[in-house]
Amino acid sequence: MASRGTANPALRRVAERLAPWLLPLTVLAVWELAAGVGWLSARVLPAPSDIALAFWTTLLDGSLPHHVAVSAGRAAQGLLIGGGLGFALGFLNGALKPAETLLDSTLQMLRNVPHLAIIPMVILWFGIGEEAKIFLVSIGVLFPIYLNTFHGIRSVDRGLVEMGRVYGLGTAALYARVILPGALPSILLGLRYALGIMWLTLIVAETISASSGIGYMTMNAREFLQTDLVLLGIIVYALLGKLADTATRWLERRALAWNPSFHTALESAT
Amino acid sequence: MSAFAQALRRLPLTVSRPFPASPAAATGGHAVIERARPLPLVLDGVVKEFAGRRVLDGIDLRIPAGQFVAVVGRSGGGKSTLMRLIVGLDRPTAGRVLVDSRPVSGLRPDVRLLFQDPRLLPWQRVAGNVGIARGPGWRERALAALDDVGLAGRGDDWPAVLSGGQRQRVALARALVSNPGLLLLDEPFGALDALTRQEMHGLLRRIRDEHGFGAILITHDVAEAVALADRVLVLREGRVALDLDIGRPGERPDALAADFETRILKEV
Repeated sequence: MASRGTANPALRRVAERLAPWLLPLTVLAVWELAAGVGWLSARVLPAPSDIALAFWTTLLDGSLPHHVAVSAGRAAQGLLIGGGLGFALGFLNGALKPAETLLDSTLQMLRNVPHLAIIPMVILWFGIGEEAKIFLVSIGVLFPIYLNTFHGIRSVDRGLVEMGRVYGLGTAALYARVILPGALPSILLGLRYALGIMWLTLIVAETISASSGIGYMTMNAREFLQTDLVLLGIIVYALLGKLADTATRWLERRALAWNPSFHTALESAT
Repeated sequence: MSAFAQALRRLPLTVSRPFPASPAAATGGHAVIERARPLPLVLDGVVKEFAGRRVLDGIDLRIPAGQFVAVVGRSGGGKSTLMRLIVGLDRPTAGRVLVDSRPVSGLRPDVRLLFQDPRLLPWQRVAGNVGIARGPGWRERALAALDDVGLAGRGDDWPAVLSGGQRQRVALARALVSNPGLLLLDEPFGALDALTRQEMHGLLRRIRDEHGFGAILITHDVAEAVALADRVLVLREGRVALDLDIGRPGERPDALAADFETRILKEV
């Protein structure tokens, strides 16, 4: 016990860094061992090394980059269309009371329809082409961005708006310098929700009907019992989701640098 | 007024010099203070009702250009309503408000309002807040105005890092940047601690002497009214209950100020 207290502080810091990784690494090692010895059938769960191998081979033959690019493209198009619409509607309804009266209750009703439940209709309308998947993603991301833009614009401090008017800002300047910056934290929160829904929708849409994309890759692999490829697909989805989340966090820190709660985040990051 | 309060009132002039004491130092040598054209204000039988409730009940006032008037009264006495009519945010139910001999028809750049809270945009840096209306050369003008209120070199800070007093100074700079002829102050120092408030009083007096604008200060603090204004109005139940000329602050003995305070307090 006495020797531990006087242990090298550098060594202790390394140990503290490594400690959180201990459990996952142990699980991986046991998993690998179990698969190698034959306790785990490859049909149930392939060894981690097999997944790594699958990653390597699909990377080299170009199929993995191709499927990732196709999926990311669909996600981006859906986000652009649905997010753009959601922002435009939220802005319109937040800014103009008559627009809210006219549109908001309809949008609230539509919001309560689970968008994945309309997949059969979507397939009837668009077949299994690209449009079906982009449509589903658009519908999925529209509502969180609509709601948060609307709410953000409505909850801008009225005192600041009055100040802007007293100090001579016209309507355009008032929106550019007071209302939109005030709504931005809420809009970005909506974007983060939307990104989660975007990947989820894409996974479902791609596993139901597709001839490319990660969802297609995993469903195809399932047909041939290539569990290593299935797991690889799941991991890629997780990484893409994490990547999108990190990108939004970065965006938040840049755009909301004025907010004291982000100051500390920036300072600790640099 | 207690001896302690008397001492507090004199403190900032002797203890600290948070802002440059002389006009020459205030300009920092690069910005020439333009003297504003002070604007006269006339209220003619002004009545304001909200949903049938009469908040202002026939106000008649002649305020010469450049006069510093304090309006004292209890809350709900119609002080803020009066302010909103003068600045053009509201219209009177009856009667006329004339700024510079013309009826108030809307907001104008040479009449500025300082709110109770600073109302700074947290997402704009200090200079961006002062130059909120932009226009050519806004940044230089904003920095000069910041210099003027003793915040030289703080233009690139975020409002979040400033103290309450500093924020209200930024708000004052924002009002000064358009060179107002009439400055309205709606209890701007109410949320500040006693020492900071004294500093702000000194600052406001100096700036008013330099710029020469007329000012109307709403306050519920009678001592503040006497310390800053040339004339004190007491507003009670929508009417002017007392209209007292007290002369320029600093040009009257302290005993007289105490006498004024008692007379005003009786009417509030």
